[in-house]
Amino acid sequence: MKKQPHKRTRDTIAALKPHYLPASADAGGAAPHRYHWLIDLFIQLVKTKPLGAFGGALVLTLVLMALAAPLIATHDPNEMHGMQTLVPPGSDFFFGTDALARDLFSRIVHGARVSLTVGLGAVGLSIFLATVIGVLSGYFGGVLDTILQRCVDAIMSFPWLIIMLTVMSILGPGTGNVILALALAGFAGSSRVIRSAVLAIKHSEYVLAARSIGCRQPAILIRHILPNVAAPILVLATLGLGNAILAEAALSFLGYGVPPPAPSWGRMLSGDGLDHMLRGPWLVIFPGLAISAAVFGFNMLGDALRDLLDPRLTGGARANK
Amino acid sequence: MMPTPMQNQQQAKPILEVHGLIVRFTLRDGALIAVRNVSFDLFPGESLGVVGESGCGKSVTFLSVMRLIPTPPGKIDAVKMRFSGMDLLDASKRQMRRIRGNRISMVFQDPMSSLNPVLTIGRQMREGIQLHLGLSGRSLDDRCIELLDKVGISAPEMRLKSYPHQLSGGIRQRVMIAMALSCNPSILLADEPTTALDVTIQDQILRLIRDLTRDLGTASVLITHNLGAVAGTTDRIMVMYAGRIVEKAPTPLLFKDPRHPYTQGLLRSIPRVDQPAGRRLYSISGAPPDLLRETIQGCAFAPRCPLAEEQCVAQAPSLEPFAPEHLVSCWKAADAHQHG
Repeated sequence: MKKQPHKRTRDTIAALKPHYLPASADAGGAAPHRYHWLIDLFIQLVKTKPLGAFGGALVLTLVLMALAAPLIATHDPNEMHGMQTLVPPGSDFFFGTDALARDLFSRIVHGARVSLTVGLGAVGLSIFLATVIGVLSGYFGGVLDTILQRCVDAIMSFPWLIIMLTVMSILGPGTGNVILALALAGFAGSSRVIRSAVLAIKHSEYVLAARSIGCRQPAILIRHILPNVAAPILVLATLGLGNAILAEAALSFLGYGVPPPAPSWGRMLSGDGLDHMLRGPWLVIFPGLAISAAVFGFNMLGDALRDLLDPRLTGGARANK
Repeated sequence: MMPTPMQNQQQAKPILEVHGLIVRFTLRDGALIAVRNVSFDLFPGESLGVVGESGCGKSVTFLSVMRLIPTPPGKIDAVKMRFSGMDLLDASKRQMRRIRGNRISMVFQDPMSSLNPVLTIGRQMREGIQLHLGLSGRSLDDRCIELLDKVGISAPEMRLKSYPHQLSGGIRQRVMIAMALSCNPSILLADEPTTALDVTIQDQILRLIRDLTRDLGTASVLITHNLGAVAGTTDRIMVMYAGRIVEKAPTPLLFKDPRHPYTQGLLRSIPRVDQPAGRRLYSISGAPPDLLRETIQGCAFAPRCPLAEEQCVAQAPSLEPFAPEHLVSCWKAADAHQHG
């Protein structure tokens, strides 16, 4: 131990680096980053998680499709092309037409907007509710926990479809209402997961250590507890996105979803698709593929991101190896 | 020769005064009294060792001083608990937050679990300094680097960006020590700081704590179950058993002339290299009392004590001076002269 520590300048530290550490130890974020960490993350994703990268590509396609829908679509999604009903896929209509002579390809492209809006909206709202309830309930415990958890019990005791249908019948159709219904049906279970993660963390020594340096409760919640439950939240969110897209399809299938004529993938399956499935199988194949691809993409990406963003797991983009 | 903190005692005012501390926990199956009437003073710059086996109340005593015991179920009572003239029992939450980490700081047992795994070392170090010293930007980073350098971490600049799992146990504990000393506290409480570490690292960490607190004039409390750990690094030792202090003496005196049979037992159970091979290691038979189930009437150690008599079982001894600066809580203190 040096009694009088001499202060090294940054330059000498940089010069000393190669002697101290093998190159691999540098990757802990200490090495000069040549790229922004998001780009690093992307490189890691492609290198170590090919399936996740594939999922990411699907998600990216979906997002681009939604953003540039009018450019990609070959026709107006709601335009009826005279007598050309149930035309099989071909050069005019890539995915064929439906019973109302609308171009299926354009409808699916525009449907990405509906699915993403509903999915992101519902997941955002439900994860927000779940995080607030889960963290408060888990961290403060006691009476607050009991009250919140009994409410969650009550909500969870209903099948989610019943809750969604009830909310939709009360509020009436509309994209915003679909989002609300999906969020209300989904947040309870997620809040349980987050609560249990918080319970495990709140008794950890580093929370005690944070208190021992004089941190306030809100600071502990936000700086110490939240980052540690970020991984389950991320997984819940990505799984939730897939589920929300599916649930929206289910709602539309039952006639409660996004109101027509908006091109919803679920409604394409249920309305026309169901009626004319045998004469025009493309009516169910393409919307079904779109839903599957979206759900699969989000799930794969979420799984890979969870692994990469958790510094404790090896293989992390920002972790050692 | 430099006056030892012991010799300074007469002049100096204690920085921490604890008198008659009682800590209770109300649990589902009854009340547990974890700390029973504990009194001690800590002087500026002094190093105090607190020794005792698991569950004897040593950690709870000092967590209570920091008011980090959850209340309820805990309840802290004391005749007096003052930190540099300030009443810790009456202090508001806000006042306590100002003391924690700033004036009194802690180092915990397991450096893996006491560092937040998802935050970089730098972020965690900055937190306390920002909070108490109000530094920011470049000066904040400089302070962190200076601290890491002080605790003997090479390439501190890079370490700031590391996550806890990228560092070895010894380095992590050094980081914890750097964090604890970051605001120049008056007291450093180290709760079994070496228990989770490799034996070869333990000594380094203990020396580091000793040297740094000596340099900074920080009083330190070293809580441990290992008498060997406090032998070379503390000025005074306090031995606890079942929530009470059973013996308190300057370190050399305690090792030379232990008076409580429990202290003697602890000393005898330190394995020695010069012992004939094949000889069985000494151990104190029995187990400490279950503080929840058993009501302790006499001396808590009586059931395990080789010298116990009727009086020991019937009536609890109090902590009485046996010699100057040497306090013992034992009826047989005068007879208990048998070196292991």
